[in-house]
Amino acid sequence: MATQHSRSAARLMMAPAVVLLLGWMLVPLAMTLTFSFKQYLPLRGGDLGWVGFENYVRFVTSSSVWPSVQATLVIVGGVLLITVVLGVLLAMLLDQPMWGQGIVRILVIAPFFVMPTVSALVWKNMFMDPVNGLFAHLWKAFGLVPVEWLSQASLASIIMIVSWQWLPFATLILLTAIQSLDSEQLEAAEMDGAPPLSRFGHIILPHLARAITVVVLIQTIFLLSVFAEIFVTTQGSFGTRTLTYLIYQRVLESQNVGLGSAGGIYAVVLANVVAIFLMRIVGKNLDA
Amino acid sequence: MGQITLEQVTKRFGEVDVIRPLDLVIENGEFTVFVGPSGCGKSTLLRLIAGLEDVTSGTIRIDGKDATDIAPARRGLAMVFQSYALYPHMSVRKNIAFPLKMAGIDKAEQDRRIAQAAAALNLTDYLDRRPGQLSGGQRQRVAIGRAIVREPSAFLFDEPLSNLDAALRVGMRLEISELHERLKTTMIYVTHDQVEAMTMADKIVVLRAGRIEQVGSPLELYRSPRNLFVAGFIGSPRMNVIAGAEAARHGAHTIGIRPEHIDVAADGRWQGRVGVAEHLGSDTFLHIHDTGLADTITVRAPGEVGMRHGDRVGLSPRTDQFHRFDDKGLRIS
Repeated sequence: MATQHSRSAARLMMAPAVVLLLGWMLVPLAMTLTFSFKQYLPLRGGDLGWVGFENYVRFVTSSSVWPSVQATLVIVGGVLLITVVLGVLLAMLLDQPMWGQGIVRILVIAPFFVMPTVSALVWKNMFMDPVNGLFAHLWKAFGLVPVEWLSQASLASIIMIVSWQWLPFATLILLTAIQSLDSEQLEAAEMDGAPPLSRFGHIILPHLARAITVVVLIQTIFLLSVFAEIFVTTQGSFGTRTLTYLIYQRVLESQNVGLGSAGGIYAVVLANVVAIFLMRIVGKNLDA
Repeated sequence: MGQITLEQVTKRFGEVDVIRPLDLVIENGEFTVFVGPSGCGKSTLLRLIAGLEDVTSGTIRIDGKDATDIAPARRGLAMVFQSYALYPHMSVRKNIAFPLKMAGIDKAEQDRRIAQAAAALNLTDYLDRRPGQLSGGQRQRVAIGRAIVREPSAFLFDEPLSNLDAALRVGMRLEISELHERLKTTMIYVTHDQVEAMTMADKIVVLRAGRIEQVGSPLELYRSPRNLFVAGFIGSPRMNVIAGAEAARHGAHTIGIRPEHIDVAADGRWQGRVGVAEHLGSDTFLHIHDTGLADTITVRAPGEVGMRHGDRVGLSPRTDQFHRFDDKGLRIS
């Protein structure tokens, strides 16, 4: 039968991609799992054999684990809140007809194309430097003592930098969603006597629910593994050590691959817990 | 009450005059239809009355009070949109309740009015569904329901039937006409379909390029169109327009005669050849060529006529039914 043939042909054609993807994911995961059950210290004797669950126990009993989980969640939550709220507002603003719309839209999207390392360095040196940064000059202009952003308000600074990077993404998705809103619905609501705020709450926001869900899900996945922004700014000090950064420190700074791998497995579990949790809360928006 | 008066109303979009200075009175309880080809400004005119667009100059009065600068919601008008504009995330009940909720009407009164509207529009069984689960005709009824519960002084309809299929359109046309008979509320209805205009209206306003061409009852417009444009627009099939010697014989630049006012007669004054014959059963539309009068002369013959492509045919126009127009296209009475 023709369909049977084409189906097996399709499987054959897809096989390379599937094998590649599986290898890409499964090999590192399998290696991480293996290392996590070993005492493996590259500069201090190398592979010292199996140790069972010792790495897992050591990783969670360390005093830096809970603060790092907390820091991760604060950064993810803070960035999500800022990007969604500002994203909705910016999208509504950009939806208005105005002069130079095309250029403005490109400018708004621009931060997304800047590499995380670069943007974090620009923020650190140009804006947040307590001596020469623009913020410092601004504070001084008002006769205030400049804030030492990365040490006094370290978590907030990181959230600010990462939000700046992800705001364009949220704005873009929400803008396309807002553009698909039938203007007659807003006019009908206006005729029905709904003031602007009610129109926003009853018509625009429900219309955006699905797009907001997509933004939250995609951003969460990427934000859980934020690394470069911390690496080039605070190096994990002043309470900005996230789970990802802690694992990095265990593997590269302490040269303890086994302990880091155990942390990596915890991170995988945490990411899945968060993902399932999110799917439960917001995923139902995707059905309608 | 729902008397609407437009005085010297104009609307410009940039350099384009969409509505030229225009005066119009819509009496309380009247079913008025704005009809015209696309781009004639009929929808814009409706939106000006609704308040969704601001007039460039002129005054709009509702029940004698100046409403030109009043917000749409406070004009006491309800509008039914072409796309229905239902709120997709709300149930039918919430859709209908929305204007009441916005007006701050208490829950018991809301329920009473919703039940009443739902009963009138056969929506009682669908109150808890979402608009997405309804058919086109049902959505249309929900949109009308949302307008009714506000108990407005006038209803505005913006091409409400254009998204429905032909059979449903005829049904909804009747329902809207019945609704008007029952409520006796002023209704303004925009359409490009002259059949809708003829069947529903108390008063038809024919618009072209932002100007009113003629205002009158359907039969007035049918019997004595003021100019060639109205003559061509009202009536189906279109009126035959004949210029040249035949027109001069009647003392006019152009003459018009409706297809139903030409009889097929072997010894008729006009001779031609049948092009296409459209057999509708009740009538036959004959498109006659080679008459030497115009490209095509359309004839509406009652009943079944056994004519085929290429047959020679004689036509006899009823001379008392000629419409005469001068060289500017205006009617000579």
